[in-house]
Amino acid sequence: MAIFEYAPAPESRDLVDIKASYGLFIDGEFVDGSGAPFKTVNPATEETLAEVATASADDVDRAVRAARKAFGGWSALPGAERAKYLFRIARIIQERARELAVLESLDNGKPIRESRDVDVPLVAAHFFYYAGWADKLEYAGFGTKPLGVAGQVIPWNFPLLMLAWKIAPALACGNTVVLKPAETTPLSALWFADICRQAELPPGVVNIVTGAGETGAAVVGHPEVDKVAFTGSTEVGRIIARAVAGTGKKLTLELGGKAANIVFEDAAIDQAVEGIVNGIFFNQGHVCCAGSRLLVQESVQEELLASLKRRLGTLRVGDPLDKNTDVGAINSAEQLAKIRELSAVGESEGAERWSPACELPERGFWFPPTIFTGVAQSHTIARDEIFGPVLSVLTFRTPAEAVEKANNTPYGLSAGIWTEKGSRILWMADRLRAGVVWANTFNKFDPASPFGGYKESGYGREGGLHGLEAYLDV
Amino acid sequence: MTTSLADVASSDSALRAFLHGLPGVDRVGADQRAAMLGTRSIKTTAKAQAIDLAISMVDLTTLEGADTAGKVRAMCTKAVHPGGGAPRVAAVCVYPDLVEVAVQALAGTGVKVASVATAFPSGRSSLEVKVSDTALAVAAGADEIDMVIDRGAFLSGRYLKVFEEIVAVKAACGPAHLKVILETGELAAYDNVRRASWLAMLAGADFIKTSTGKVSPAATLPVTLIMLEAVRDFRDATGRQVGVKPAGGIRTTKDAIKNLVLVHETAGDDWLSPDWFRLGASSLLNDLLMQRQKLATGRYAGPDYFTLD
Repeated sequence: MAIFEYAPAPESRDLVDIKASYGLFIDGEFVDGSGAPFKTVNPATEETLAEVATASADDVDRAVRAARKAFGGWSALPGAERAKYLFRIARIIQERARELAVLESLDNGKPIRESRDVDVPLVAAHFFYYAGWADKLEYAGFGTKPLGVAGQVIPWNFPLLMLAWKIAPALACGNTVVLKPAETTPLSALWFADICRQAELPPGVVNIVTGAGETGAAVVGHPEVDKVAFTGSTEVGRIIARAVAGTGKKLTLELGGKAANIVFEDAAIDQAVEGIVNGIFFNQGHVCCAGSRLLVQESVQEELLASLKRRLGTLRVGDPLDKNTDVGAINSAEQLAKIRELSAVGESEGAERWSPACELPERGFWFPPTIFTGVAQSHTIARDEIFGPVLSVLTFRTPAEAVEKANNTPYGLSAGIWTEKGSRILWMADRLRAGVVWANTFNKFDPASPFGGYKESGYGREGGLHGLEAYLDV
Repeated sequence: MTTSLADVASSDSALRAFLHGLPGVDRVGADQRAAMLGTRSIKTTAKAQAIDLAISMVDLTTLEGADTAGKVRAMCTKAVHPGGGAPRVAAVCVYPDLVEVAVQALAGTGVKVASVATAFPSGRSSLEVKVSDTALAVAAGADEIDMVIDRGAFLSGRYLKVFEEIVAVKAACGPAHLKVILETGELAAYDNVRRASWLAMLAGADFIKTSTGKVSPAATLPVTLIMLEAVRDFRDATGRQVGVKPAGGIRTTKDAIKNLVLVHETAGDDWLSPDWFRLGASSLLNDLLMQRQKLATGRYAGPDYFTLD
């Protein structure tokens, strides 16, 4: 009998021309950095992609001064004029979508299916969305006065998308920005710098400084920065909150999560299984709002787990540039070590570990999709954010217990509810302490809907009408 | 589940309770899953394999009022020799009165003869008529009977009536395989598709089939997905494997391959054979042949290079 095997279907690497080294983007020009350059690698192969400049405190100072200088002209432009630039950027992103998708998959390790179908289209959508707001700020209810220079530090899980979430509303409101991408994924931000030039954005409106934590600290700590926006770990978020305290800078933080994905016995099981898979294995679980805690009603636990395991057996792990790949590479050796360590803790604390049979490539950073069953709230893996393709399965008996367990976490970024009963969805959504509650779906993003957290998941909202508030002097 | 399955059809209320106790289908989620599987990229060797597999699964069909013996004979010849060295198709599907012609034309070729019986396509007749329609086709030598369910009875909640009709037709089939057509376009809700699938399987269907091809929408990907989930779950529950046949509206190689991907990733490779999966189509074969030749030669030929029958 014929067994159906998919032949490899790789997207062409030739779509991107990566140079040997890259500088900083300051005042509309690519310039050298004065720190020691670092390498960015392809996590799927460990091959070095390029050498990237490190911005020292002096370089950051130059970038902030450029942004400050540009602020006057940019903020004085009529909203409709700013919108024109943003629309232009959005259209260029669409035109260069394939190139950006390949670049993002190379640098980040995420499957091309996701960068092509999710990341890049959403990036363009965010610029389109906020372009639409630029000349309508008076109707948003937060005033029309921009803050000034925004210092933005973004993570490596969605490099280009997080850039869009930060830059699009900032520019729409009339701010100028200095953005620092993560040190493991700096390339798409540099491509974006090129797009800004292509769009003839006035020099200094967008500045990109690359580097590691120190560069980020220089951006956050610069006295001329009026607004700080950070997405990343709760740990770094705390440091930033301390650094910014008392300076008068406005701050938004979008930090970690340990979201509950709650499945009731009357849920549409096949679709719930898809939602669980999408909740935790999307982007290798490198999602701050990932549904990393599955709360399943005890009466359907067995059935659901059997379906879930069967489904995991069909996940295709491997080459991120293969169009048929579902799960790509872990972003860095460091992150892989963290996932391994927390998984080992899970096992040592007595949770049962399961992974489907899957062959992982020899080179690169890989971790198989993993489920832990028999997990209790007191397990480390049910408390700590793993930020990898690891799902903890817990059970509950009643809706009230589901709410209690879902809220019993230091985080509160997102939650998912799976039930055919509409009234229960509303009842639950009222009680869950999470910034986003998805019903019968998960990991759905739209520029028009606000995103942000409760408790240690941070404060402030990005996206939607609410996202404008963070960039206006309210 | 197996113990309760025996009692499921003991009364209308027991059957209703069982069918309504099946997990629901979320339309948005099912559509999304089918769309995602539709983006799988099948190339080179996988594509060549998929095309030949799809050809071997085709039920070459003619269901026109104007069908004649000559037309059926010509189609039978094409079913055995599609051209270009392609494998033969799985079956030809004709009206009951033309079964004999097809049986003679296909004797010894291995291509099965399927016939749409049971007052096709509306199914609006008495059980006696449906049973004798079936018996006529079987007596003429049909290997497979495609029956339509009484959608009116199903939609008005008379599940036991539908069940009993399937049981009666199955009995009339004798050794012939029974494919039960749900006409999913008329059932409308995905929940109904799942319920009707289970109903047909419980009543003894060997295959469940989406559509007559006379109603639009016919075989959509999400509906096929739900039916594949149903046969998968049914085998888990009972140990019995039931085939799936999407029919109607599958015209291109791309559509056919999307269906194969659905089978591969939903029910599994056990279903990837003409014994367990069929494509009901009349115009699909030529597109498969055209893509097959394109793959072999690197060039597309015009429509005149492929036969009309």
